[in-house]
Amino acid sequence: MNMQTTMTNKPEKPVHLSPWRRWRWLIWLILVAGVYTWAITGLHFTGLQESAGSVSKSIVHGLVNPDWAYVYNGSGEDLVSLIIQTLAIALLGTFVSALISVPFAFWAARGDHEWGHLRSGSGKIVLTLIRTFPEIVLAIMFIKAVGPGSYAGVLAVSIHSIGMLGKLFSEAIENMDRGAEEAIVSAGGNSPQVFMLATIPTIMPEFISYTLYRFEIAVRSASILGMVGAGGIGTPMIFAIQTRAWSRVGIILLGIVVMVLLIDTLSEQLRKRLI
Amino acid sequence: MTTPEIPQRSWSQRWHVKAVGWTVLLVALLVGSSRMTGVDVGMFFSNFDQFTNLLVRMSQPAWSYVPIIIQPLYETIQMAILGTTIGTVFAVPFAVLAASNLVHNQWLRGFIRLILDLVRTLPDLLLAAIFVAIFGIGSTAGVITLAIFSFGMISKLFYEVIETIDMGPLEAMESVGASKVTIIWYAVLPQIMNQFVSYFLYTLEINVRASTVLGYLGAGGIGVFLQRSLSEFDYGKTAVIILATLVVVMVIDGVSNHLRRVLL
Repeated sequence: MNMQTTMTNKPEKPVHLSPWRRWRWLIWLILVAGVYTWAITGLHFTGLQESAGSVSKSIVHGLVNPDWAYVYNGSGEDLVSLIIQTLAIALLGTFVSALISVPFAFWAARGDHEWGHLRSGSGKIVLTLIRTFPEIVLAIMFIKAVGPGSYAGVLAVSIHSIGMLGKLFSEAIENMDRGAEEAIVSAGGNSPQVFMLATIPTIMPEFISYTLYRFEIAVRSASILGMVGAGGIGTPMIFAIQTRAWSRVGIILLGIVVMVLLIDTLSEQLRKRLI
Repeated sequence: MTTPEIPQRSWSQRWHVKAVGWTVLLVALLVGSSRMTGVDVGMFFSNFDQFTNLLVRMSQPAWSYVPIIIQPLYETIQMAILGTTIGTVFAVPFAVLAASNLVHNQWLRGFIRLILDLVRTLPDLLLAAIFVAIFGIGSTAGVITLAIFSFGMISKLFYEVIETIDMGPLEAMESVGASKVTIIWYAVLPQIMNQFVSYFLYTLEINVRASTVLGYLGAGGIGVFLQRSLSEFDYGKTAVIILATLVVVMVIDGVSNHLRRVLL
């Protein structure tokens, strides 16, 4: 009996989608189509240069026949020396930046206090501002201050990296395990002791891991900062491109690819052992 | 009663060989690096007035420059959208081929991943410099640079997403004899679509940031004006450009973050 009644019961209302839900996909489609029309019609694709074909051919030729003589010639201006210089810029810049990022991270990390939102909010805004400030412009500004060369590159990397490292560090602080801190507090430790014995050891592996990750990125940016005169492999690269010395471009590209692959693999191995 | 066994520290643990070793290595690397790069803290502070002078001149933005840079700012966003889209279109098949749960041929997978790793090593400005040499000054070089850059990034993000999917629906369809394409369309795509779109938007954010400087080497967009203002030592204009870039990046980040939250 009971079963029959339930079976004959019809749903009181048919499932009814609101117009918004029913036509949502169409609205999205129109929006996306509009954005793409805007993007495509807005750009002026100046027809390919007539020389594009021959230039590409000579680039490929240069890449296939790299200028091996440039690899090492003892002048200090060769590929190996400049790659080492690039790595030095990245290493020093990342290290300095990691040190400066720590206070920024504690500034931007959200705490439990009520006034914490104002503090962490302002810290997050400052970090976003640093992150968005173009690294190239920073490099040019530091070139004005300390002259062209790798020193300007180190300064640019150290300041620019704060934006990202500070953000990653502050997130690590927000997500950290508070157990060790509570243990020190309950044993009667004061706040410097809590900081030194619980906070630092808990977040250190993550900080080091993020620093290594940022170092990978810094190696890439150090290799292009030279294009504006801030030292490293970028300077001969831009000269070689401007003078159309494609076999020179080929060997430098090869050098950068090998360097980045090696550093990425090394850093990945180290990070795997850390966490 | 036996005496409780006290854990013994080995010789290397007692003298912290590992920690000391790492510290010595790091200090040596840092000292070597600072020698190599000619870092001189004193010089930075003795020249600090030049730096502050620059900052002072930048703190007076030339607001009259704003209407002139609106069009190049649009161009920057358009370059980023097109570049990311073209990169994504090429990335999808590569991501499928690189996913270990879809492609069981180890050699093919390894080869595809090697290509992707190689593409990812190239910094964006380096690509821009080369493509400006090929295609000439203009946004074409910028779009192609961003396409290649996002191809490397998206293909990796995508294949990592594909590797996390639930294999149940795939096995169900395989057992009734569905073809590879049908399986991908009905069993793989629905599971990953939202994350794909989310990563697409994330890459778009990064590309908007990148495209603001590509023009520095002639690849179109606002960077062209950035380079011009810097070479004319017109730092008021530089400041306006940086502020405008900041606004654009934040708006794009905001829109994209909102969309990603709706999606996930």
